[in-house]
Amino acid sequence: MYFEDEPVPGYSLPILPGHVSPGRFERVLRAGKFAVTAELAPPDSADPEEVYLRARIFDGTVDAINATDGSGANCHMSSVGVCALLTRVGYSTIMQLSCRDRNRIAIQGDILGAAAMGVANVLCLTGDGVQAGDQPGAKPVFDLDCMSLLSTARRMRDESEFLSGRKLDLSPKVFLGAAANPFAEPLDFRVDRLGKKIEAGAEFIQTQYCYDTNILESYMEKVRDRGLDKQVFILAGVGPLASARAASWIRDHVPGVHIPDAVIDRLKGAQKQKLEGMKICIELIQKIREIPGISGVHIMAYRQEESVAEIVDASGVLEGRVPWSPGRNQNSENMRLVQ
Amino acid sequence: MYTVRLWSVRRARNFEWFYERFERIFMALHPLWLRIGYSRVEKPVTAIEKVIKGFLFDCQMCGRCVLSSTGMSCPMNCPKELRNGPCGGVRPNGNCEVKPDMRCVWVEAVAGSQRMRKGRQILNVQLPVDRSRKGSSSWLREVRQKRDEQFFEN
Repeated sequence: MYFEDEPVPGYSLPILPGHVSPGRFERVLRAGKFAVTAELAPPDSADPEEVYLRARIFDGTVDAINATDGSGANCHMSSVGVCALLTRVGYSTIMQLSCRDRNRIAIQGDILGAAAMGVANVLCLTGDGVQAGDQPGAKPVFDLDCMSLLSTARRMRDESEFLSGRKLDLSPKVFLGAAANPFAEPLDFRVDRLGKKIEAGAEFIQTQYCYDTNILESYMEKVRDRGLDKQVFILAGVGPLASARAASWIRDHVPGVHIPDAVIDRLKGAQKQKLEGMKICIELIQKIREIPGISGVHIMAYRQEESVAEIVDASGVLEGRVPWSPGRNQNSENMRLVQ
Repeated sequence: MYTVRLWSVRRARNFEWFYERFERIFMALHPLWLRIGYSRVEKPVTAIEKVIKGFLFDCQMCGRCVLSSTGMSCPMNCPKELRNGPCGGVRPNGNCEVKPDMRCVWVEAVAGSQRMRKGRQILNVQLPVDRSRKGSSSWLREVRQKRDEQFFEN
């Protein structure tokens, strides 16, 4: 029996020599391109179409989509679920995995499941405290921390075994990432912590929102002095601020976000604050691009996802490159046929 | 106690000095522990360890003490029980994201380790903690482990 509406299955690329994953994201980075990733806000819904809608906004703009895992300790569709849907149609996903809600048994199982679904990138996070979100009465798990999660995931991939030493039949081929916040205290220790994350297994880094390029530059200088930029791909986190009020709220309520007064003042002084927020974001991306050792940007445009394409376009960082999206290759094939 | 805990971190260098000697004495007592039986001394030693370390460091008896690698600031007092450094949520004033009135355990740890001779140990990646050890004596475990290592080396 043949169904006409048979879904198009997702597929994996061959793993190139020297690569660890079958993903496009690793290929872009290792080819030396300036990579762009974006964060997808998972829906409060069981509707798969809602996930595809939110992903489609980024088509042709980003190299990989981050599926957040209860970010800000708020309840949403799981990152495993979002990734399952996205990989089905071929999207390159970065599955965020936080230590807040799961113990080591669940986490290792999720890594295997994710890899089986075609997830090629996992971002290992500690996770925000439960007090930050909509369920402050939840039990914080934190069985592992981001560092031991990284080492566990690497062991599963490279040694093909669980934390207990029990062997895997097929190891999960995932490119491992971690977060970094160059803007939080103790500032002097932040580069040391990055070094530890690399030692534990991090191959790419996505940073917290960056609005202060001075701090980022001095951080990167220390990173380069220690040669860490040669061992890891660093993507700086950016995002448009909707208004001066929104910026102040984020600064006061979202853990770990540092926004200098100058940025808020500039927004306040602007006639169209939203437009100014995008302009600031574009300028930041262009400035960040010039910092040696930075391999890309990670755009977190919460509730402004529709502006990501415009921001990336205006920043010019893709240099005419069109990242993969469902149907991209078919279109170019068709174009060739027409010509 | 919070105040004592902060004081201990300020005295990290002294505690490091003391711990090195204490460990040697404790190790030397290995034949004694062995004669009485490790399982029999476990209970009283655990009780003493709990009182002393509880008073000085707010020790949570995780059973896998890493104080000498964390500037004498017990990482199990971190609400996220991080054992490898501060999370990204540390407040600009150096306080905890989860408990705004508490100094970040890791801000303290970094300061403490800078006072210590072997402070670089803070850079070691700590493996996942064995939760089944919770409530057991770290001192005895350490002695046994080191003795076993020496035994196998010789």
